[in-house]
Amino acid sequence: MAKRVGVEVSIAVADAVKLANADVIPAYPITPQTHIVEHLSDLVANGELDAEFVPVESEHAAMSCCCGSSAAGARTFTSSSSQGLSLMSEILYHPGPMRLPIVMVVANRALAAPISIWNDHQDIMVQRDIGWIQTFAENGQEAFDLTLHAFRVAEDRRVSLPMIVNIDGFTLSHVIEPIEILSQEEVDRFLPSFKPRVRLDVKKPVSMGPVGVPEVYTEAKMAHNEVLKASKKVVVQAWKEFADLFGREYHPVETYRVDDAEALLVTMGSISETAMTAVDAMRDKGEKVGLVRIRLWRPFPGPEFRKAVGKAQVLAVIDRCLPPGAVCGPVGEELRSLFYKVPGAPKIFSFVAGLGGRDVTVERFNEIVSKARAYAKKRPTENYEVIGVREQ
Amino acid sequence: MAISDAIIGWKTLPFGCHVMEPGNSAKFRTGDWRSQHPVTDREKCIKCGMCWIFCPDMAYSQTLEGYYEANMEYCKGCGICAHECPKDAITMVPEEG
Repeated sequence: MAKRVGVEVSIAVADAVKLANADVIPAYPITPQTHIVEHLSDLVANGELDAEFVPVESEHAAMSCCCGSSAAGARTFTSSSSQGLSLMSEILYHPGPMRLPIVMVVANRALAAPISIWNDHQDIMVQRDIGWIQTFAENGQEAFDLTLHAFRVAEDRRVSLPMIVNIDGFTLSHVIEPIEILSQEEVDRFLPSFKPRVRLDVKKPVSMGPVGVPEVYTEAKMAHNEVLKASKKVVVQAWKEFADLFGREYHPVETYRVDDAEALLVTMGSISETAMTAVDAMRDKGEKVGLVRIRLWRPFPGPEFRKAVGKAQVLAVIDRCLPPGAVCGPVGEELRSLFYKVPGAPKIFSFVAGLGGRDVTVERFNEIVSKARAYAKKRPTENYEVIGVREQ
Repeated sequence: MAISDAIIGWKTLPFGCHVMEPGNSAKFRTGDWRSQHPVTDREKCIKCGMCWIFCPDMAYSQTLEGYYEANMEYCKGCGICAHECPKDAITMVPEEG
């Protein structure tokens, strides 16, 4: 039976990996992901988890090792953050088209310069287009559940793609929360053993990762993109089954008090819970404000998002990433593209907030909503606005 | 639809773009972009097989008389055999035309 315990979220994530019975864990420690791999290293050293823990020399080596072990048919897990994730970048593009179902938890953190160990989404937005399935957790329970869900989806033979679970660094990774830890028997009911479609086998040799000449490359990228888009169905099915077994429901796009809402906040990750508090306060004052949270970032759930928005006329989109020189933040761009020339589309206003560990408070959400509503009445001169920035 | 230079469709591409047939690089004839080819002087050749050992494309094979000959379907003309030959028996000759 599941047990509700007070536990640090990183430890709960490591316990999820143990319950998933991962075979190979190549990892390099980096703040704020450290406790996840540290605890996994403990579990392996203590004989509680029968896995190969590979203390690699860098994140570049970690992801290379992941590709090799996944290709050999081992259930493979790693975790990273920020600069470490950037060092992995070259290899991160390989497992998608090669259909290697590696699971990674990213404890999201800002990128230098200036050096920052604190939370925002800039590390993962740099890796937006690596072709992995990506989800975002809002709290510790979700971090645990989504990690198990990731193994189930990634290794599904219809999918066979790598998958990232994003958890906000410190805000989630280092917080102690009451989390329901599933029992081994319960996890075994949800997660079957890994049966790869193809694996490296001396008895049946194959070559993985060959060169893609111009006569093949486009088709290979197309095949990967199509299977990534089609994976949404399996992502949703696995969540449905998870809900049937354990009672916790997840959807690609989550809504909060959106009925009759005129203006909607759009968030990803742990700030969503603060946003709910802000929405409650605004609703108490009679303002018709709601919240839409993107849980599945890749493949982007376009139809689900449009449905979630309903008839709302104003979207206040929050990006925890400032892409220098761009038109606006990546989530803002995504939604503007999604609604481009759609009849009755809402007005979309992009805000950048919560960079490098700066808190996004209830007051900030109030400010964002009132600005978006004011801008909706007269066209703003800028494409986006940085919230809570001091000028002098 | 415009004619594509693709050799396979995305729906028929093997899973993960893997090469499922072992050893099929033999079907990839790499000799057609060679700019020079090796010619062995059998007067100097001592049949030591260094060219056969060093050839990165395994283009060399041994003849019945024990000499080594490069298969021009695979030889890329890199010249490693000529460089390694202890008797300087191999000369690289430019391709004509």
